[in-house]
Amino acid sequence: MADFVSGFWNVYVMGLVALSLLFCLFILLSNNKRQSGPVALHGHVWDENLAEYNNPLPRWWLYLFWITLIFGVVYLVMYPGFGAKPGILGWSSVGQYKLEQARAAERYGPIFAKYSQMDVAAVAADPEAQGMGQRLFLTYCSQCHGSAATGARGFPNLTDKIWHWGGEPGTIKETIVGGRMGVMTPFGGVLGGEGVKDVTHYVRSLSNLAHDSLRAQRGAELFAQNCTACHGADGTGNPMLGAPDLTDGYWLWGSSEASIIETVTNGRMNQMPAFGEFLGEDKVHLLTAYIWSLSNKQDK
Amino acid sequence: MQSQATYNYKVVRQFSIMTVVWGIVGMLVGVIIAAQLAYPALNLSELGEWFHFGRLRPLHTNAVIFAFGGCALFATSYYVVQRTCHTTLFLPKLAAFTFWGWQVVIVLAAITLPLGFTAGKEYAELEWPIDLLIAVVWVSYAIVFFGTIAKRKTSHIYVANWFFGAFILTVALLHIVNSAALPVSLTKSYSAYAGAQDAMIQWWYGHNAVGFFLTAGFLGMMYYFVPKQADRPVYSYRLSVVHFWALIFTYMWAGPHHLHYTALPDWTQSIGMVFSLILLAPSWGGMINGIMTLSGAWHKLRTDPILKFLITSLSFYGMSTFEGPMMSIKTVNALSHYTDWTVGHVHSGALGWVAMISIGAMYYLIPRMYGKTEMYSTKLITTHFWVATIGIVLYIASMWIAGVMQGLMWRATNPDGTLTYSFIESVKASYPFWTIRLAGGVLFLGGMLIMFYNMIKTIAGQQAYEAPVLSPAAAHA
Repeated sequence: MADFVSGFWNVYVMGLVALSLLFCLFILLSNNKRQSGPVALHGHVWDENLAEYNNPLPRWWLYLFWITLIFGVVYLVMYPGFGAKPGILGWSSVGQYKLEQARAAERYGPIFAKYSQMDVAAVAADPEAQGMGQRLFLTYCSQCHGSAATGARGFPNLTDKIWHWGGEPGTIKETIVGGRMGVMTPFGGVLGGEGVKDVTHYVRSLSNLAHDSLRAQRGAELFAQNCTACHGADGTGNPMLGAPDLTDGYWLWGSSEASIIETVTNGRMNQMPAFGEFLGEDKVHLLTAYIWSLSNKQDK
Repeated sequence: MQSQATYNYKVVRQFSIMTVVWGIVGMLVGVIIAAQLAYPALNLSELGEWFHFGRLRPLHTNAVIFAFGGCALFATSYYVVQRTCHTTLFLPKLAAFTFWGWQVVIVLAAITLPLGFTAGKEYAELEWPIDLLIAVVWVSYAIVFFGTIAKRKTSHIYVANWFFGAFILTVALLHIVNSAALPVSLTKSYSAYAGAQDAMIQWWYGHNAVGFFLTAGFLGMMYYFVPKQADRPVYSYRLSVVHFWALIFTYMWAGPHHLHYTALPDWTQSIGMVFSLILLAPSWGGMINGIMTLSGAWHKLRTDPILKFLITSLSFYGMSTFEGPMMSIKTVNALSHYTDWTVGHVHSGALGWVAMISIGAMYYLIPRMYGKTEMYSTKLITTHFWVATIGIVLYIASMWIAGVMQGLMWRATNPDGTLTYSFIESVKASYPFWTIRLAGGVLFLGGMLIMFYNMIKTIAGQQAYEAPVLSPAAAHA
């Protein structure tokens, strides 16, 4: 069995388990004398008045011990536990998991499959499907995006019209299935402290936030040299790369001078995990419709 | 006949006083983190990360287990081993070193844990330099203890010392094996083990910390202070033999029940469960032997609050050692694991058993360290008893309800198979119980403050006392 690197450990574990059980048995049997006559003191005295009676083991306690020992042996025969022996029931945790998965797929699969052929807008219009989508969202997505899907610092708001990777049903589904890795490269080394500050002021100027115009002017040049490859010449970003639009007033990591300086200097790593394999196509479809509906409520 | 020599009470006195002091500190941190769960703003995030739950929780566990519990074990084992061996402590200077060394460990823990220096192993968080100091102190402890046993004046070793001895030996083994790590700097190290094996060694350590530090050691305490305070012989020598050997043989196997339904191999999980169940009878053996020692002296429970503490602690011991094996059954564990039920279970053992028996033993010891036989106020001991008992009941009951509720909420599913409740809903539903738990903790801490006042009043104006060594022959006479 793969749990052991060699046959020796199997025998070793079996030996230790058997020894432990037999030892319990031995101390029980060797102290199992019933009492006849009055109980005497054991004979020794310590510290003036510490002494011991030698009462017999209480019967009910003894039987309790026996029951647990017998249960233990029976359990180890039935289930894996005695070295590498699999147990006569053939049970394994992996087996149980697979069985439960199969049962769940059989029982619940059709409920989700029902919607798989409908298009996203139609699923979003179905109240029952929306309820299921919301429950899936609360279980798998709310940890980062929040129960109301309004996001948090570093985790996008899903209820607005702003999408880093695109907000069409197709791209939303792609995001859920494969996950996303949004990387802002660190520019601290390239730009230097002053350069970072200049670029920051330029970036703030793009969405009309307070800025030093002289710095912004210098920053514009640096931006053109370093940032346009991803964020575009006009700073409106590129959904193919997940590069945010810097003109739309939405800031995943905050718009303050300090947080933009932090972003430019050290970069950011944004990771959306892949759920495709875990949830399966049908659930992803429902989830897509629910998430899509959050920013398309008026379209319903 | 009395010889000139006196027992070494100094180290016992020092550890006894620090038991009460660290008890208050550790339980205060416990109350603070309980309050943080009920009122998250108390994490004081604006001030920095030092007061977060995640930083203070290990401080609480280390302070109550190793500072409060540890000092109580040092104090009582040093006292008991001298008195029952009818000789003074072996190497008194080394015994003094164990006191100061242990206090340094505690202070270092109190500094490094809030700063975030942690090995990341539960109940073994302290970083490697502190681990080394613990190992040195512990080996010194073993030398003093077993050296004293070796020079005993009695033919038989008293049962309390079997338990203290098993506790000292096993904790040395557990600590050294589990703390093995590769240091990369003074404040950072990596475990010597990897993956599921690391988890298994951690919980082999973790559960035996419960079994030997928090059980065997305190059973040693029980075997001295219960018969002494009740002035009755121990119920059954034979039972003590059986449950001692069964307990120490079986506890070693129980660790895997902390890792049910994880990457741990099935066979290991099964063994952990089977031996946890087999532990029930050996555990109850200690409870029976303690409680039945009172037979013929039950009336003393009415008037003697120290005995109330000792006997109630045994009842909680019996209760939590029934609950533990039950929770180790895999199907029960599937409900209870990761919920507050576990927290409640731990505290019925920690507050009900460990703290109450220590408190009882300290009320016996502290006056004797100053040549008296009674605390300043027996009434205040009674008050302490009731305040503490109500505190424990509030604590355990609220955690039971919260735990079972959480377990049921997490597994509830809708007709479509989706989960009925999101995790945060179970958090919201837990708030009332976290508030009740906080109230229970405040009561228990309040009891410790009463004890502190009583202790100060007992000690005030008294001379430190060293009792003369009794010869066993005189004792037999």
